[in-house]
Amino acid sequence: MTMTQSFFENPQPGAVFDRESWTPMLELSTREVFQIMLGSSLHHLAARPEACRMEFTALVGLAGSLCGVLSIRCSNYSARVMASKMLGLPADQVDSDSLDALGEIANMIAGNFKGKLSGIGNHCMLSVPTIIVGTDYETRSIADGHTIDTLFDFESLPLSVTLEYHE
Amino acid sequence: MSQVRALIVDDSSVMRKIVERSLRQAGLELSSVIEAGNGAEALGLLDTNVVDLILSDINMPVMDGLEFVRQVQTVEKLRHIPVVMITTEGSESNVVQALSLGAKGYIRKPFTPDQVKEHVLPVLGL
Repeated sequence: MTMTQSFFENPQPGAVFDRESWTPMLELSTREVFQIMLGSSLHHLAARPEACRMEFTALVGLAGSLCGVLSIRCSNYSARVMASKMLGLPADQVDSDSLDALGEIANMIAGNFKGKLSGIGNHCMLSVPTIIVGTDYETRSIADGHTIDTLFDFESLPLSVTLEYHE
Repeated sequence: MSQVRALIVDDSSVMRKIVERSLRQAGLELSSVIEAGNGAEALGLLDTNVVDLILSDINMPVMDGLEFVRQVQTVEKLRHIPVVMITTEGSESNVVQALSLGAKGYIRKPFTPDQVKEHVLPVLGL
């Protein structure tokens, strides 16, 4: 048993989270949701294209043994494609569903991620998703927080999944 | 049972549609499907509708899925209806609580149509 496994199975108050293992775990959680629910394979993206506007943001809060916020950001078009793939409908027929779909994807990624944290996930609750439309907003990180940023290529467009948490 | 009347409870309309599609892909012939966005709304629908199967999320506003299951079990005419939870809240404590309150099955999101089939058909005796 590694130290990481030991911590996940028996988390101790004040123990230091193994952040290095959480990045691949968040990436895996995201890939699984997209593969199972949308039938899409996500690819790692090294950097976000400057010109791409990511005007949709879905937020899911985590509270309990793990406190933080998971966010997913993408373009309006990407959100429509996600809803289209989830529902099996053409993208031009899912306008009203795209925000709902994005929120549900964020919820599933957060749930899938915390489910992989043995010993932590059992004592962590999720909020219902919140959606922000637009890019003209500012976020302030939580005190003593840490951030895991992941970036994917979804249908040739960037998709950002971020976990901010504190110990 | 050749025709199934289903109630799907989830605050996401997209997820309700996916669950309905998964039920059909599982081979169920659905004669009717009614939908609710939370537990309270679902209880209201059960006043005037008869269903054979309930699929419910847990994490919902107004009334969550655990309270919904608990209230279903307190109503004589409803407690025989099998309830299967479909949720991201797949922690062991949630599973134990849902089953102890009367849920007959548990499916964790994300899910495949095969998982829906595996968990839903047995509770209907199929």
